Amino acid sequence: MADDKVDKPTIAVAMSGGVDSSTVAAMLKAQGYTLIGLTLQLWNQRRLAGKEGMPEQVQGRCCSIDDVYDARHVAEELGIPYYVVNQQDRFERDVVRPFVNEYLAGRTPIPCSLCNNHLKFDQLLLTARQIGADQIATGHYARNEFDSARGRWILKRPADTAKDQTYFLFGLTQEQLSRTLFPLGNFSKPRVREIAHEAGLALASKPDSQEICFVPGGDYKRFIEAYLEEQGEKLPDSAGELVTATGEVLGHHEGIHHFTVGQRKGLGVSFPTPLYVLQIDSASHRVTVGGEGDLSTGTLRARQLNWIAIPELIGEMRVQAKIRHRFEPAWATLRRTGADEVTVSFDEPARAVTPGQAVVFYCNDEVVGGGWIV
Amino acid sequence: MMQRVYMDANATTPLLPEVMAAMRPWFDDNFGNASSIHFHGQRARAAVDHARETVATLLGCRPAEIVFTSGGTEGDNLALFGILQSGGMLQPGDHLITTAVEHHAVLHPAEHLRDRGILVTFLPVSSAGVIDPEDVRRALRPQTKLISVMMANNETGVLQPVAEIGRIAQEADVYYHTDAVQTAGKLPLDVKAIGCDLLTLSGHKMYAPQGTGALYVRRGTQLEPLFFGGLHERHRRAGTENVPGIVGLGKAAEVAMAGLDAGIPSRTAALRDRLEMRILQSVDEAGVNGGEVPRVANTTNLWFDHVEAEALVIALDLKGLAISGGSACQSGATEPSHVLLAMGLSEERARASVRFSLMKTATEEDADFAAALVPQAVARLRELSPVYAKKTAVTVSGGSLHG
Repeated sequence: MADDKVDKPTIAVAMSGGVDSSTVAAMLKAQGYTLIGLTLQLWNQRRLAGKEGMPEQVQGRCCSIDDVYDARHVAEELGIPYYVVNQQDRFERDVVRPFVNEYLAGRTPIPCSLCNNHLKFDQLLLTARQIGADQIATGHYARNEFDSARGRWILKRPADTAKDQTYFLFGLTQEQLSRTLFPLGNFSKPRVREIAHEAGLALASKPDSQEICFVPGGDYKRFIEAYLEEQGEKLPDSAGELVTATGEVLGHHEGIHHFTVGQRKGLGVSFPTPLYVLQIDSASHRVTVGGEGDLSTGTLRARQLNWIAIPELIGEMRVQAKIRHRFEPAWATLRRTGADEVTVSFDEPARAVTPGQAVVFYCNDEVVGGGWIV
Repeated sequence: MMQRVYMDANATTPLLPEVMAAMRPWFDDNFGNASSIHFHGQRARAAVDHARETVATLLGCRPAEIVFTSGGTEGDNLALFGILQSGGMLQPGDHLITTAVEHHAVLHPAEHLRDRGILVTFLPVSSAGVIDPEDVRRALRPQTKLISVMMANNETGVLQPVAEIGRIAQEADVYYHTDAVQTAGKLPLDVKAIGCDLLTLSGHKMYAPQGTGALYVRRGTQLEPLFFGGLHERHRRAGTENVPGIVGLGKAAEVAMAGLDAGIPSRTAALRDRLEMRILQSVDEAGVNGGEVPRVANTTNLWFDHVEAEALVIALDLKGLAISGGSACQSGATEPSHVLLAMGLSEERARASVRFSLMKTATEEDADFAAALVPQAVARLRELSPVYAKKTAVTVSGGSLHG
């Protein structure tokens, strides 16, 4: 066993202070790896606290002092070195600012994917390597393995499909996958909590985090307004008309960032049948609404593509496509329609295709690749 | 066990064994409240008085001019708020002169005072980190109530012309405070030569325990206390004296004076210079921040372009060398240094700068250990840096044109 240990590489564990990443640290420690615990300090929760509409006190959210305390406590329990790495500037530039801009442009962003692409699997991996760890381990529910036949690293859905986080990981490069461990990929969430209890981790029963980590309470509209105010910028006036697909004006709205495709609540108009947001036009500020039947579309286009299971898309490919995190992958055909663009044609029209979200392509449980819906 | 070398003495120093020994009886056998009338109280009072005399000797002042505090932050806060609130109320329109490179224990109170109507001038520094005394003179106004200028910077070790500023303050008849936290025990201190009315010391930067410190308050200075409760410290600092801590501070002051006489500063400076030279000989695109002006003996602040100081500090810690970079925020993450930014460094270079601060017990082996580790760590960080890789690639292809 002692010999075993000598060959094992040093691994940096991305520790958020939550159950999942803490359990990863405990598991790898038990397996005899040399570990370094790292927490990314991404956002100062106190920055917007107390601004209009924002909570006065923000508690227990990602990157809060409480979470750093929890992560540090776990590292201490496990007897591993632990450091907090400041990436606040980069997080703001690569995640928060694009998040705000996307909403202002009438799209619905996914900050978690941006964070994975720009922070967790880029900057954190770089820091890990610089300080002497060749690999990082995270608490994501996903699996990755090298397929020697294809000569590629493959990203796969986890055993616990209810916790599947591969949708947020489609941007990983081969290099990143080759240096990443997802130790929770074969476990269910309840089992992970059991392991945490067995390892004696004090936070084994800590609740899961759900919302976007830097948007306390999940009210992204308030966040955008408070953020722009803090930046000394004015919220662009994007008030405009609510119209039907045939151009009939049903009412007016106060700004396109209040809407997301598929939204039913908060439209501010009364109509005999339920209305849904179908389209948001950032140029005319016009928000088109319609019945549920109009919400489904047969095709979408995606750009900024990343391929994982294949080196490139050649010709057509049958895949199952997922257009948001909570979406059952639907059969579709992929076709290249530009240098960095594919068109996805669904067998059955898909509901509420939302620009700004990612579309991720699966072949059975493998992630083929993905891109951003335009 | 991994060899560990500690080069972060400006953050904190360990207790010297003789300080520990001097303190120990005051935790058990010699307990007592220095305000009590009985035997136990009198014994504690005598110990506090004795420590007060020693600290006064270190500073060249009267014992009655020493107020024991909980450390540098309290001393600085007591000096700033105590002067600007003298009489009991802040007077909006009163003026405070300080510098852009002070420790946060001065900067944050100054900002707090500014938010409450006090006018505050933050003097700039030269690229070497030094303020121009003439700037102090030019900043003076009829409403100037206090000048606060640190003696040595905690990040660079750069010394300010505190005695010249003292003369200006005396001419203008304005109270003058200096934060001497990073000079105590590293340089001879004399409040009369400096010409200051207030001077802050911290115990744990001079081998006394954390949670101890002193503020020199020149006789006759009008100072409003921060704490109310008892009549301790001549009404300047209510609260039961930390007798063991005060005894430790006194002992540390005694040891510091002996060390100054024994030439510890020049010995430390030689080690610091050796460390600097050896690192800079083996690392290119590197240099010293504030290296061209007088500094305290134990400190050097080095920049290594294309290196993230935060990663360098972690990498070195994992190899057994403790240094620091920037200032730690609440979570423990690092922020770029306001001191280096004030010296005109780019944010990039400020983020590429680290501080080595040697203990007075540092050895040649310590310096050589660091001098061997740092170039390796810098090389690894640069090797993996995307920015550095791009730059090297350009250099290589440029070279091949001629080869």
